Amino acid sequence: MPESLDNVKAANPGPVLDYELLLDCVHCGLCTSACPTYAETGDENESPRGRIYLMRGVTDGKLGLTDRVRSHLELCLDCRACETACPSGVQYGKLIEPFRIAMDQADASRPRGDWFRRYILFGLLPYPKRLRWALTPARIAQRTGALAVARALRLTRLLPSPLRRMVEMLPSPRRNEGALPEFLPAIGKRRATVALFTGCVGDAMFRHVNWATARVLQHNGCDVHVPPTQACCGAIHFHAGANEPAWQLADTNLAAFDPQRFDAILNNIAGCGSMLKEYGHHWHDSQQPARAAWAAKVRDVNEFLDQLGPERPCGEIRAVATYHDPCHLLHAQKIHDAPRRLLALVPGLELRDLPETELCCGAAGTYNLMQPDMSSRLSRRKIENIRHTQARVVITANAGCALQIAREAREQGERLAVVHPMEILDWSYRGITPRWQSIS
Amino acid sequence: MDRSTLELADELRRLLGPKRVLDSRSDLAVYECDAFVLEKNCPSVAVLPESTAEVAAIVRLCNERGVAFVPRGAGTSLSGGGMPVGGGVMIVLTRMREVLEVNLRDRYAVVEPGVVNVNLNKRLAGTGFHYAPDPSSQGACTIGGNAATNAGGPHTLKYGVTVNHVLGVELVTAEGEVVQLGGPIDGSPGPDLVGTIVGGEGTLGIVTKVWVRLTRNPQGVRTMLGIFESVDDATQAISAIIGAGIIPAALEMMDQGILVAVEEAFHFGFPLDAEAILLIEVDGLEVGLDAQRDRIAEICRAHQAREVRFAADAKERLQLWKCRKQAFGAIGRLSPSYCTQDGVVPRSKLPHILQRIRAIGKKHDIRIVNVFHAGDGNIHPILLFDERHAEQVKRVLAASDEILTECLACGGSVTGEHGIGLEKLSFMNRMFSNDDLDVMGRLRDALNPGGLLSPGKLLPTAGACGMEQIHPGRHAPV
Ligand SMILES: Cc1cc2nc3c(=O)[nH]c(=O)nc-3n(C[C@H](O)[C@H](O)[C@H](O)COP(=O)(O)OP(=O)(O)OC[C@H]3O[C@@H](n4cnc5c(N)ncnc54)[C@H](O)[C@@H]3O)c2cc1C
Ligand code: SF4
Ligand code: SF4
Repeated sequence: MPESLDNVKAANPGPVLDYELLLDCVHCGLCTSACPTYAETGDENESPRGRIYLMRGVTDGKLGLTDRVRSHLELCLDCRACETACPSGVQYGKLIEPFRIAMDQADASRPRGDWFRRYILFGLLPYPKRLRWALTPARIAQRTGALAVARALRLTRLLPSPLRRMVEMLPSPRRNEGALPEFLPAIGKRRATVALFTGCVGDAMFRHVNWATARVLQHNGCDVHVPPTQACCGAIHFHAGANEPAWQLADTNLAAFDPQRFDAILNNIAGCGSMLKEYGHHWHDSQQPARAAWAAKVRDVNEFLDQLGPERPCGEIRAVATYHDPCHLLHAQKIHDAPRRLLALVPGLELRDLPETELCCGAAGTYNLMQPDMSSRLSRRKIENIRHTQARVVITANAGCALQIAREAREQGERLAVVHPMEILDWSYRGITPRWQSIS
Repeated sequence: MDRSTLELADELRRLLGPKRVLDSRSDLAVYECDAFVLEKNCPSVAVLPESTAEVAAIVRLCNERGVAFVPRGAGTSLSGGGMPVGGGVMIVLTRMREVLEVNLRDRYAVVEPGVVNVNLNKRLAGTGFHYAPDPSSQGACTIGGNAATNAGGPHTLKYGVTVNHVLGVELVTAEGEVVQLGGPIDGSPGPDLVGTIVGGEGTLGIVTKVWVRLTRNPQGVRTMLGIFESVDDATQAISAIIGAGIIPAALEMMDQGILVAVEEAFHFGFPLDAEAILLIEVDGLEVGLDAQRDRIAEICRAHQAREVRFAADAKERLQLWKCRKQAFGAIGRLSPSYCTQDGVVPRSKLPHILQRIRAIGKKHDIRIVNVFHAGDGNIHPILLFDERHAEQVKRVLAASDEILTECLACGGSVTGEHGIGLEKLSFMNRMFSNDDLDVMGRLRDALNPGGLLSPGKLLPTAGACGMEQIHPGRHAPV
């Protein structure tokens, strides 16, 4: 049904936008086919050009912020494939992010703080310790095989859906590795001094990747510092519209890593990396220049190693693999070649091109928890494309993507190993033959 | 929304289910224009069919109710072809996007109309074949839209435009019948109906399936850049290259204005002080390619080229083409709005028309930059302006008019590839005699007797010759 302007009560989020950024869009439409939601639905309301037009319509007061408009904007993955595609340099992320935050804040009547947001999103996810604890019962069930039985019997379906999706995404148990020490020295001649950002989900679920990353860095002559007072990057909060907590987390990290001491502040999770790199843009107070200077030191570990010039790995890794581009690495950080160049150094590894690699897998931060339907459609599409390559190993540099791809593979009974590029390099440097049990 | 529209939407929902019928104000606003933004109008309803049968059913329903309807692909038309004049039902074909068959032995593929041009070529990667027409918008535009507009691209200089690559179409007629014209084999006897539909700009039927020709990939390619101090030298070089009997696969020109935008977007290292560059590509059998390349370089130098650069590898070549193909889009970096003109002049008139364009820009105080398919004399002057200033919009329209009139005076045309659509209606009776228009009108009336399919496009409506000018100032969004 058509909505008239007068049944719309919410305040207009438009004024938070930099109007000039809206004008950058010349309505050429070249971005549409790059957009995963448009690729699925074919509806221009669910394309970048359409969303920009909607935001502009609302800002100009020509359209109301109706549920219909909201739903199109909420369905956006914020994957920023449109930024890569747009020749006019439209900064789509700088439009949708503040607009959505304002949209959420403007409308107090909408049921926000539901239990999922309160406990999982804001209570658990940002805190690795709590998260590790919370996952313990599920991990015990997993280790004893109970979870496998429950999965086979589809009993996990009885859980409320966001929780079910979290359980379904749990990686299989790995050796329970301890926390990283505060300092790991360079092996051989020292080439750089770096700090490692370990991440919240990363530290809870992917500690083995953090270890692998640290070892690879040591092997490449880096002194690795792991500041213990670091916090979650704040991306989850920021993208869910909780600006204040994100701001606080950013400033905690600013205090935890002294940029003067390090050649680079490294991370191995694309989603965190792009948030860290954007610290300088998001908030405008007296700390802003300090945040910008800090952010200028942030590098993805693939990017850093590629620039540093990696030691040649010697151990053979016999596998047919494919590399999936995380949106937050490819589109947000524009890193395409670095991981591929690193992986090409590994003897024995055959890296096949993944069709539609630039299309989001549907994980998109917490999107898979908030928009399960579109998320599943995209992950099914991703698995279909992976199947096409006949690779048994999927390499990707983002925790969210890894969980999403592994969950979908499991759901479809596809035996796939999903690993991080640093794991591959680590095995190769150490001459270890992987058993590929990995996470699926 | 009035009562009959509500009823129509309900009936459409009965046909397609609730999700694929859009009738909320905001949903429709997104469909009120395409890449031509000077004129807007919301459709009454937009629908997203998934099969030929659904398209036919929608068309029949529109006929029963006497409602106008217009097909739409990706909406990248630069002439307003997809804008619903007078409202009506917009039939959006983007959910019909399967490649149905790839037949390498007989060298054709069958695709649904919503397949994005570049996706067909991605599908063909590794087969040794490709689909040749490569409009600069190929990353987004659909094969159905390409067929409707008879799209061209840089490589049409050697390989021909869309009509040379469409073997057959399945069509839903304006009255809702499904017919097949042509098919997998080339050249059926009788009048060339496929050739009539291709380029019909959606006024002669809705294309629901396309049989396209596949072209063997050339064995080798050489891509190069000629950098010139003056536009005149560059255009003279173009004529000399073709005059020497070489048919490059592509021959494109970019002037200084566009170079600045492109350089900012892609950092290729173009010299910003050069007045013009030519992007030239030759392809074919490996043997002889180097000789051709060297010959072209020689001609460029003979015409005072400051420098000739060769693309070192496939990656550099791709990067060069990316710069060229996304050049229009990169304009967003120079100005908030732009209007791309599309005219054709005989190649020998290129230096003349470019001088005129410069003078016209000066006269109307409008900045104009150029990037175009130089090889076939298809120019694309791009007029930069700010849509929020009604007065500037007026000047843009006046300058456009003068440029196109000049093209006609040179013995050319007012469109090379973007089509007449809505934008160029007023030129039809300057370009064609009344008799010509009458014949075209009768053809349209035969295929589109009720006039419900894409009204107000391509041909001036009877009695309304001389077309009212597009309304400036209606460009404010929504
Ligand atoms: C940046 C940019 C660069 C461009 N470069 C070129 C270029 O190099 N060469 C060129 O030729 N064009 C170019 N164009 C114009 C445009 O991309 C082409 O006209 C293209 O063919 C339109 O395809 P579409 O899918 O977007 O169709 P739309 O814009 O949706 O529709 C175009 C016309 O076709 C009709 N139509 C669409 N689908 C069908 C169908 N299935 N059956 C019947 N009628 C249909 C519509 O009613 C409309 O009249 C460019 C456009 C942009 C924005
Ligand atoms: S976002 Fe960029 S690519 Fe998309 S329509 Fe706007 S200008 Fe064109
Ligand atoms: S961010 Fe991703 S989902 Fe959102 S509009 Fe851009 S391409 Fe589409």
